[in-house]
Amino acid sequence: MALPFHAAILLAMRLDRGPGRSAADAAHPGFVLRDETKAVGIDFVHRRATFDAKIANIEPHVAAVGASVSVTDFDGDGWPDLYFTNSATGAPNALYHNRGDGTFEEVAASAGVADLNRAGEGASMGAVWGDVDNDGREDLLVYRYGYLSLFRNVDGRHFEDVTERAGLHRWINSNGAIWLDYDRDGLLDLYVTAYFRGDIDLSHLATTRIMHNSFEYATNGGKNLLFHNLGGGKFEDVTDRMGVGSTRWTLAAASADFNGDGWPDIYLANDYGPEELYLNDRGRGFTLAKAGLDAESKSGMAVALGDAFNRGRIDAFVTNISERGYIFQNNNLRVNEMARGGRFRNVAEGALADAGWAWGAQFGDFNNDGANELFVANGFISADRDRSYWYAMSKIAGANSRLFEDAATWPAFGNASLSGYEPSRVYLNRGVAGWVDVAGKVGATDLYDGRAVALADLANRGAVDVIVANQNQPAVVYRDIPDSANHWIALKLVGTRSNRSAIGAEVVLQSGDLVQRRVVDGGSGFASQNDRRLHFGLGTREWVDRVVIQWPSGARQIVSRPAIDRFVTITEPER
Amino acid sequence: MSDATGATVLTRNPLARLWERGSRIDPRYLVTFLITLVLIAAQLRYQMFGGYERIAVALGVCVATEAALSWFDRGRVVNLQSAYISGISLSLLLKPQGYALWPFAIGAFLAISSKYVVRYRDNHLFNPTNFAICALLLAAPDHVSVLSHQFGNDVVTNVVIWIFGLIIAARVGVLHITLAYVLSFLALNGARALLLGQPVLPEIAPLTGPMYQLFVFFMITDPRTVVRGRGRQIVVAVIIALAELVIRYGSDRGWPMPTGLYAGPPLFALFIIGPVAKWLDLRARRAAPAR
Repeated sequence: MALPFHAAILLAMRLDRGPGRSAADAAHPGFVLRDETKAVGIDFVHRRATFDAKIANIEPHVAAVGASVSVTDFDGDGWPDLYFTNSATGAPNALYHNRGDGTFEEVAASAGVADLNRAGEGASMGAVWGDVDNDGREDLLVYRYGYLSLFRNVDGRHFEDVTERAGLHRWINSNGAIWLDYDRDGLLDLYVTAYFRGDIDLSHLATTRIMHNSFEYATNGGKNLLFHNLGGGKFEDVTDRMGVGSTRWTLAAASADFNGDGWPDIYLANDYGPEELYLNDRGRGFTLAKAGLDAESKSGMAVALGDAFNRGRIDAFVTNISERGYIFQNNNLRVNEMARGGRFRNVAEGALADAGWAWGAQFGDFNNDGANELFVANGFISADRDRSYWYAMSKIAGANSRLFEDAATWPAFGNASLSGYEPSRVYLNRGVAGWVDVAGKVGATDLYDGRAVALADLANRGAVDVIVANQNQPAVVYRDIPDSANHWIALKLVGTRSNRSAIGAEVVLQSGDLVQRRVVDGGSGFASQNDRRLHFGLGTREWVDRVVIQWPSGARQIVSRPAIDRFVTITEPER
Repeated sequence: MSDATGATVLTRNPLARLWERGSRIDPRYLVTFLITLVLIAAQLRYQMFGGYERIAVALGVCVATEAALSWFDRGRVVNLQSAYISGISLSLLLKPQGYALWPFAIGAFLAISSKYVVRYRDNHLFNPTNFAICALLLAAPDHVSVLSHQFGNDVVTNVVIWIFGLIIAARVGVLHITLAYVLSFLALNGARALLLGQPVLPEIAPLTGPMYQLFVFFMITDPRTVVRGRGRQIVVAVIIALAELVIRYGSDRGWPMPTGLYAGPPLFALFIIGPVAKWLDLRARRAAPAR
């Protein structure tokens, strides 16, 4: 009897070491991510906010967000530009204009979108771009732990603050916002997520009872808001009418037509609670779907959208928290079975499920082989390497909600780390063989506290570059160098009946046995927005049979045999 | 006279009648009822399993191992309630990385087989569930963690489980162990917090979590692994609380200990003290003259 007993212990130790080296070595990524941050002239360093001294004991925790990055082409020159938010009072946000020669210049101040962290207005948490007035120029929405700000793009070089006029001067402690056209009227509507309650000003606290009321089922967060674009530069709060006012401490949102009914739905990643899916009832309202998302409550940090297994469906990857020995909440890869079974099925396992304290994530075909990889940024607070807050966290997480709702009763953070110095994960998609982390092999080796991840082809050369905004640390630009034998195509969509940015348009590409769906991004991941141009890797396939475009207006367009290895602009038919 | 009056009151009071009926039930069934109550509350209200396959594996392996090993060891299959309790406890307490099922299978096997392998004078020394969890936390920290958060951090669920737990502990005759540990925990960790200048409430708060509920009602009170005599049982409970205090102090100070000790201090306190106390008790039992 002793023999199997001891064998079981040895087996547990062996299994704990994970897959053998041979399995890991079998992966040939077919791409390299090279850190070219300095070479391209990105010198942005995020500085975190400071808040009321009453919560100084856990300020590192409360102020651990705010580093964001969003991609746009604000001057319409065909080269993707980058916008980063800062959070410390007085620290400027940064707008990097892509010169088109592989380098960037910082122009936020001259454009009028730098000085956005003024006292009394809140701390910037992120931004999303979209052509709100369909004038062909991308406008900018900045969300804060504080007031929203909407900037109209005047001439491709300057921005005008139109927040008041638009009816968006609202205080909301937000970590995320997305553009979508929920009623398909051709105008971009705005969904803003909320974290702390709206009556809280973290810089001037009336009470320290500001925290969540459960580590698993919290419902006392701020109220998410939906603003309907009325046209003429005005928005109307339709949250209650549309039924999307979740108060579940939402950290991220993303939108796509998950159930294939032609109307954009909203997917939420909630901290301290289960994910939520709001299904769009033909623009008349939203219903909260079960969809299998409430089977296990976790801490949703980000939601990335992509066709994980080339089934022609938009799946969702939601990041969560894992820490060796303490907690394994496990990331979710939710395979979309909405059209058939009315639910998502979680298929994440092994390394894909555990990316440490994971934050922003995005799907992208880094090796152009026709299958999506996943880039996941992670790490929460990197401070003293020898002091961890996890032990303190394990005590407070076991307490009754009355205790930890009060920030003042939390053990002091001091200079402790909390899941700090964690490397990013880059998961190679091996189809049925599963996902394997190749971050070290491909060169994504930084140990910064990653937050937002955005993907863009910064040099218009058929590769998916990675931009990571790191909390209280420098941003990083990884240049993607894919296998040169593979082909690609990138689509730029221009809406006419739909919103001009084509946000929400879904494209299904067919090339022989390859079928893949992508959606034009109105904001996804965590505090991020990707290049609106859709990049498809083709592998060694030398043609595309056709692309089928489902425009936000409801129009369906088919383009046969588009040219490959280049950018193709497709304009929505007027009628 | 007074006896007669007391008997009358006893038969008229419905609570007293219930108590009296309860005393006739085999204590093992009461414990089984309590763990089932915890299980149902955890799943229905908080989806605590994270997948029914976990409980199927843990329960299945526990029961199968118990049946096989008892038949092999004693020539008959023993009562399987102990295996049932271990299976449910493991499915609630183990939190694996990446939805792995093997920690439940290996944990269940280790829990039951430890009763047949780690023995002294025909008695097992470790509480089976406690042994399995601690062994996994030490052997596989990259893939196994222990439940440390709350049942929704909700006071109602806590109160229900504590009320049922205390009543059943009283009926089973182990309430003194539970209370000795709880009071020692409160006193020692309250004092530790004050001495270290830390807020007291977070230090004693974990006692309301499900890990502690399972610990004080099912592990530290396990009739097969406690020592003889109420006095000695109370002393051992206090020593376990003291050992936990040392582990927690080490955690406060950042001692280089396995992560499992940081994450599950009471489990490792019992893991260390429990078998030593039992071994000493069994040794003393043999040394004492037969009466």
